[in-house]
This record gives sequence, structure tokens and C-alpha cells, in this order.
Amino acid sequence: MGVFALPSLGSDMDAGTLVEWLVSPGDTVHRGDAVAVIETQKGAIEIECFEDGTVQALLAETGKELPVGAPLAMILAPGESAADEEPEPISAVPEPTPAVPVAEPLPAPAAVSRGAAIEASPAARRRALDLGVDLAALTGSFPGGRIVLADVEAVATRTPTSVPAKPPSAMEEMRKAIGSAMSRSKRTIPHFYLSQSIDVQPAMDWLTAHNAGTPPADRILLGALFVRAAVRAATKVKVMNGHYGDQGFEPAKSVNAGVAVALRGGGLVAPALMDAERLGLRETMAGMRDLVSRARAGRLSNSEMTRGTITISSLGETGAEAMTGVIYPPQVALVCLGAPQVRPWVIGDGIVPRQVVTLTLCADHRVSDGRQAARYIAEFTAAITDPESI
Amino acid sequence: MTQDDIRTAFIEELTKIAPDIAAEDIGETDHIQDDLGLDSMDVLNLVTALHQRLGVDIPEPDYPRIATLSDAVPYLAAKGAGS
Repeated sequence: MGVFALPSLGSDMDAGTLVEWLVSPGDTVHRGDAVAVIETQKGAIEIECFEDGTVQALLAETGKELPVGAPLAMILAPGESAADEEPEPISAVPEPTPAVPVAEPLPAPAAVSRGAAIEASPAARRRALDLGVDLAALTGSFPGGRIVLADVEAVATRTPTSVPAKPPSAMEEMRKAIGSAMSRSKRTIPHFYLSQSIDVQPAMDWLTAHNAGTPPADRILLGALFVRAAVRAATKVKVMNGHYGDQGFEPAKSVNAGVAVALRGGGLVAPALMDAERLGLRETMAGMRDLVSRARAGRLSNSEMTRGTITISSLGETGAEAMTGVIYPPQVALVCLGAPQVRPWVIGDGIVPRQVVTLTLCADHRVSDGRQAARYIAEFTAAITDPESI
Repeated sequence: MTQDDIRTAFIEELTKIAPDIAAEDIGETDHIQDDLGLDSMDVLNLVTALHQRLGVDIPEPDYPRIATLSDAVPYLAAKGAGS
């Protein structure tokens, strides 16, 4: 029997609010199953179970803010019997910080957990949290019963609530989280930067030709080629891929490619495409599509939020030509790509207009030097200028 | 399929891809990228959804023609949406 505690939520997010249980006592769970939804400063995150077993008791109530490490549930290992001991959650974990509602195990929580996820948009979730509206009590007006912002506001205007004066908005919370992670990064990581302009005309021509005869579901974006090239370079220059922790740098065995996704209204998240070195271009594109849709819908998991080993931030297909970014700790490198620009380019003896992208590699000087950064850029360039090979 | 049906389909698919945008906030001439903040991945997801729902395959060079509601509805109608 083990206490399942709230795992890390990402850099500098040390607490979150339990908004929903996705399992009930008696349910069988497997490693990687989502068991709860935690609202964080960066939106809702699904918390995954670490091991196989059976949920014996839920130890935390919905609506409560919990620090990382707070006990969430008692999980029996396969074959273990529930009969014996009364769970002693508190002794099993480090002393939680104040204001933690380490509750007695909840009674059979029919009302708390329904075993199925409540389908609600991120905006609706945030508003419901701000207004103290119970999502489970609402009927969604969106096709399929999904709860949208308007449903929450409709209830809120009917029901007088005792709303605290002015809770910080979700956006303020996200800015705070980004500010704190980025301040820590700038304070502790000695950044250095190398830049290179790269002719991406071959990549764009290849994409145009590929997409012309392809139904929308199978089309590929330049961003997927960038991620693929960045991942390939990371497998070759291993000092760019991993985490810097108490023991110094630990290179990662696989490449979990963080993909920076800008959120409408401001802020961003960088969920990871796990084991990206095993994915071909089509699978990389499919994985990115899935990450972006779930980032928009507020359905990312804690492992995607914490296990990235290198991040790729691309400004998209139109916009500024270069960006110098801030490394997302505990990672040690960030690959920034500006939007493609038409620029004069020398090919042979001639000057021709070409689509050019500026790559800036931001790296951690505790771990690598300019020579390795230059090698990374050379590997990236080789991959992107020969799109057939990706 | 009438132009009203196409409009409804467009708005529904758009708000599915961008769940934080309310249907009533989408103006006739709002640009899906410049005003509503869709990125290239969102646009591709919208094109894919419209293809599945309306049977209209929008080639890449035509993406600008669905950039606003007021452009998209006649374009999709002319391409035989839902027929």
C-alpha cells in the first residue's frame, strides 16, 4: 500500500488546486492513468499515477489548494488486501506546509468523484473556480454536453455568491508563474547564445509540394520539421539534452521535446513530446497537433509539463525574424526559431531571394561551450536543408 | 446546405479548436489569426475539421479565403459545402 502524493507540476509551481477526481475508491489504476485534475497557475493539468494498483481511499477534497507532496490517495499494490491497516497518510509524507487540508480519508465519495471527466473548457473551469460554481452541477450547452464559459456565467448571474473581493485572474496567476520560473532561470543559469541564418527554402518547397496533394488531416507544418531537426541534433549533441539538478548535469536517454505553445490572451506552456527521437516526421506532426489541442483545452499531463529535456520555441510562419529566449529550468538548452523572411542569399555566384530563418540556440554555460553549441546548430542546419532525410 | 448552416458549422468548429473564444465574440470581419489569435496549427486544425464536416478540401493557397467569417461562408458555399 502506498500514499500517492501530488507530483511536481513544473518549474516553480509548488501548489495547485484539486478540481476533480477522475477515479473512485475501488477503481483499478495503471501506471500513466490520469487520476485527478489539478488547476495550476498554468491551467489545468491531469495528474498521472506512477504505478499499478487499486484506489483504496481518496485523501484530498476537491476545491482545496495542495502543495506538491501532499497526499492525494491510498493505492493498494496489485494483490494487496484493503482490509488490514487504517491509512496513515500524514506520517508517510514530509510535513506539509500550513493550510494543507490533509483530511481524513473521504467517505465513499459518490458525490465527489463520478469516475468520468467533466467536459469543460479551460475558460469555464477558471471562471467556475473564481466564482465558486460547481461544474458537476451544470449542464453544458456545447454540442456533446461540454460546459463552456457562458454556462458558468449564466449560473453565476442567477446565483448570488459570496465572491471574495477580487481574486487574482488566471492571467495574473500565469504571469506570476512565468515570472518566477524565468527569474530563477536568469538568476541561476549562465546563458550564452549562438545564432545562425538558415536557408529554409528547400524545406518550404518540400512542404508545399507535399501538402498540395495531401488531405488536410495529413498536412505538415514547418514547425514539425523544426522540431524533428532539433530532436535529431539533440540526439547527436547530448550536452544540450537533459536536466541540471543537484548532482549537476544529467544527460537524458531520450529526447522529450518541449514545444512552446502560446496561449491566446497571453502566457505560454511548453508541454513535451515524449521520446521524440523515435517519431518520424508524420508522427511528430501528429504529436504536436495533439499537444496544441490539449494545451488549448487544458488537458495536459504532469509528465508532459515536467519531463521535457530540451525546448523548441518557434515564432510561427509570420512575425519577427529572431528571438533570444530564456531556458526553462531544469533544462539546459532552448532552440529559438524566428519566422521565415525573404532575404537575399548567395548561391554559387548569384544572389537569389530565399526564405531564411534565424535560429538562436540558448545554452547553459555550466554544461556546454560555444563549440558544442555550434555543432548543434550545424546538425540542425544539415537536417533542415535536406528535408527528405527527416 | 444554406449559408446560415455553413456559418454555424464554421463557428462551431472554430470554437472547438479555440475553446476560449465565445461564439458571440466572433465578428464578421475578425481575422482568425490577427484578431482571434489562431496559430498555424489551429488554422490547419480548422481546415481539417471543415474538410471532415463539410467535405470541402481547402488547399493551402486558399487559406486566406477562410480568414474571416464574411469571406469563408461564400467561399465554402461556392466550393459546394455539405452538398
